[in-house]
Amino acid sequence: MLEIKNLHAEVEGKKILNGLTLTVNKGQVAAIMGPNGSGKSTLAYVLAGKPGYEVTEGEVLLDGQNILELSPDGRAAKGVFLAFQYPVEVPGVATMTFLRTALNAQRKTRGEGELSTPEFMKLVRDTSTKLGVSQEHLRRAVNVGFSGGEKKRNEILQMAILQPRLAVLDETDSGLDIDALQIVAEGVNRLRSPERSMIVITHYQRLLNFIVPDVVHVLAKGQVVKTGGKELALELEAKGYAQFVGEAA
Amino acid sequence: MNVELRPVKTEAEQALSAAYAAARATLPGKGDVAKLREDAFRRFETRGLPHRRVEEWKYTDLRALLRTAYPLAPAPDAAAHARVRNAGGILSGVDRRRLVFVDGVFAPELSDLTEEEGLTIGSLAEALTKADPLAMARVGKTFVTEDVAVALNTALMGDGAVIRVAAGVALRRPIHLIFAASNDRPSASYVRSLIVIEKGAHATIVESYEGASSQINSALELIVGDDARVDTIKIASGRALQMASLLATVGARAIFNSFAFAADAELVRTQSFIRFAGEDTKAAVRGVSLLRGRDHVDNTLLIEHAAPHCQSREQFRAVLDGDSRSVFQGKIVVQPHAQKTDAKMLTRALLLSETAEADNKPELEIFADDVVCGHGATAGALDPGLKFYLMSRGISEKESEALLIEAFIDETIEEIAHEGIRDALKFAALKWLGVRS
Repeated sequence: MLEIKNLHAEVEGKKILNGLTLTVNKGQVAAIMGPNGSGKSTLAYVLAGKPGYEVTEGEVLLDGQNILELSPDGRAAKGVFLAFQYPVEVPGVATMTFLRTALNAQRKTRGEGELSTPEFMKLVRDTSTKLGVSQEHLRRAVNVGFSGGEKKRNEILQMAILQPRLAVLDETDSGLDIDALQIVAEGVNRLRSPERSMIVITHYQRLLNFIVPDVVHVLAKGQVVKTGGKELALELEAKGYAQFVGEAA
Repeated sequence: MNVELRPVKTEAEQALSAAYAAARATLPGKGDVAKLREDAFRRFETRGLPHRRVEEWKYTDLRALLRTAYPLAPAPDAAAHARVRNAGGILSGVDRRRLVFVDGVFAPELSDLTEEEGLTIGSLAEALTKADPLAMARVGKTFVTEDVAVALNTALMGDGAVIRVAAGVALRRPIHLIFAASNDRPSASYVRSLIVIEKGAHATIVESYEGASSQINSALELIVGDDARVDTIKIASGRALQMASLLATVGARAIFNSFAFAADAELVRTQSFIRFAGEDTKAAVRGVSLLRGRDHVDNTLLIEHAAPHCQSREQFRAVLDGDSRSVFQGKIVVQPHAQKTDAKMLTRALLLSETAEADNKPELEIFADDVVCGHGATAGALDPGLKFYLMSRGISEKESEALLIEAFIDETIEEIAHEGIRDALKFAALKWLGVRS
C-alpha cells in the first residue's frame, strides 16, 4: 500500500506539489489526471527519486516505509518502478544486458540470489514475446533508434521483468497510435495483481478505456482536488479541467 | 639577415646533445645512415624540444614536461631479461607471435621466431650495420616530416624490428612487438621499426609499451602495399614517458585500421602520420584513452589524402578522471587531386572530474573540390538523465556509472577486427574501471 502524506516538492526553487495526500491500496489501479502543469510528472519523478526534485515536506510510505530516504536504486529494489514518459536512449548498453543487470542488482539488494542464465533467458523470452518485442530489439542498445511505440513497449517489458510492487506509468499513452496503445495497455493489464499498486498518470481519458482504473484522482496546482470512480474520467473528458483549476488553495 | 633566436638550451636538451655526441660512433650504421642521423640531429639542434608555441605540440609542451632526459639505456643483461619475462601480458590470452625488445634492444631469446612462410623478421640494428638493402631503401623515407620527436628518433635509433610480409601472404597470427623497460634505473631508448606489408598481404601488428621510470621514443615506418589488409594496435601503459610515431604510407585498394589504446599511462604522445597514396583505400584511425591522476595522453594525427576515392574514419574517445589531461589533434589534409575523398573525424571526451581537461582540435585542410569531409568534437560529464534511468531500475550509482563508461569505451573498442585483442582491451578497460576510486 502506498500512502502519500502532505507532500510538498519543488524543482529549481519552484513549488510544484503543495500538500498532496493520496492513498493507493494494494491491488488498486489509480488514475491521476490533471491539466498541464498540475504536478503529475513531478509526482512521478519524486516517487522515483529523480535528482533535482526536492521534497520540502511530507512523506511517502510504501508498505509503511518512508521511501523518500532511499536512493533511486534503493526504491527500485523496494519495488518502485517508473515507466518514463520519455524513455532515454542508452547507447552501447544492450537491452538484454540492461534487463539482466537491473534484475540482478535488485535481487542482490533484497538479499536474493542472481537468476541463472537459462532462467533469465526464459523469463525474457516469454515476456518479450507477449509484448511483441523482438529478439533483435533485445540485442540492440536500450531504446537507441526505437520508435515511440517501441520505447513504451520496452518500458512495459522492464516492468514485467522487474515485477514491481508499485508501478507508476507517466503518460504512457503519449505519442502512441491506437494499435501501439492497445499492446501497451494489454501488457499493463496482464500485470494487474492483488499484490501490486499502480498509478496511471494521463492527461487524456483515452488510455483509461484500455486500462480501466479502480479510482480516479484529479490533480490541480499540486494537490488532489477530486477523487471518484472511473466515470470521473469521462466527466473530465466532457467538461475539461477548468472547473478544478480555480478550486485548489 | 634572419636569425632564429633560441633561448638557452634546457637541461634536457643539453643531455640529449651530450647523449648523441657520446653515442654517435657506436650507433649502428655508417655512411648514409650516419648522414641520416646527422641531418636529423641538426634538426633537433636547430629547433630544440617542441614547446607550446609549436602548433603540433601546443598541448603537450615537451620542453616543460621533459625536465630530465634520461641516459641511453645500457645493453640489457640476463637480469634485465628476467625482469621483463611477463611483459606483454595484456594479450596473454591471444595466440600471437611475441617479439620482445628490452630497453629498446631486440631479445631473440624471449621472442617467438618460429618460421612462417612469407614472413621475414630481423633486427634494425643488424640491418643498419649490414646496410641491408630493404632497410637502406626505406628507413627515413616512408613519411618525411620535420617533427622533432621523429628527428630525435632518427638520430638516436638503436634497434627495432624489421619485418616483411611477402605479397599475397596472410599471417596466421598477429605479431606482438613488446617494448619493455627493465626498470633497473631510469633510462631512455630509441627504437625504430620498419614493417613492409606487400601487395595483397594481410597482417595484424600490435605494439605494446610498458615499464616504469623510463623514456621511450619509438617510430614505426609502415608500408602497406596495394590490396593489403593491415590492422595495427598500439597499447600504452606504465609510469613512463612514451612517444610513439607511426609513419605510414598506404597503397591502393587497401584496408588499413589503426587503434591506439592507453590506460594508466603517465605521459603518452602518439602521433600518426598517414598518407593514402593509392586510390580506393578504406582506413580507420581510432583510439581509446583512459586517464586518471595526472596522466597525460596525446593523440595527434596527420592524415594525408594524396589519392582520390579514399575513405577514412577517425574516431577517438577519452575517459578522464582526477587531474588528467587528454589531447586530440587531428588534421586531415586533402590534396588537390584527391577527389571523392570521404573523411569523417569524431572525438569525444567523458570527464569524470571537474579538474580533468580535454583538449580537442580537429582540423581540415582541403585542396580538392569534390569531397565529403567532416569533424565533430564533444566533451562532457556523464549524462545525469541516463544515470537516473539506470538507477531507477535498481542499478547502484557506482554500477550505473561503470556501465555507462564501459558503453562509451566499448563502442570504439568494438571496432577492432581481431576478436581476441578486442576482448583483451575490453578486459583492460574493465580493470581500469574497477580500480577507479
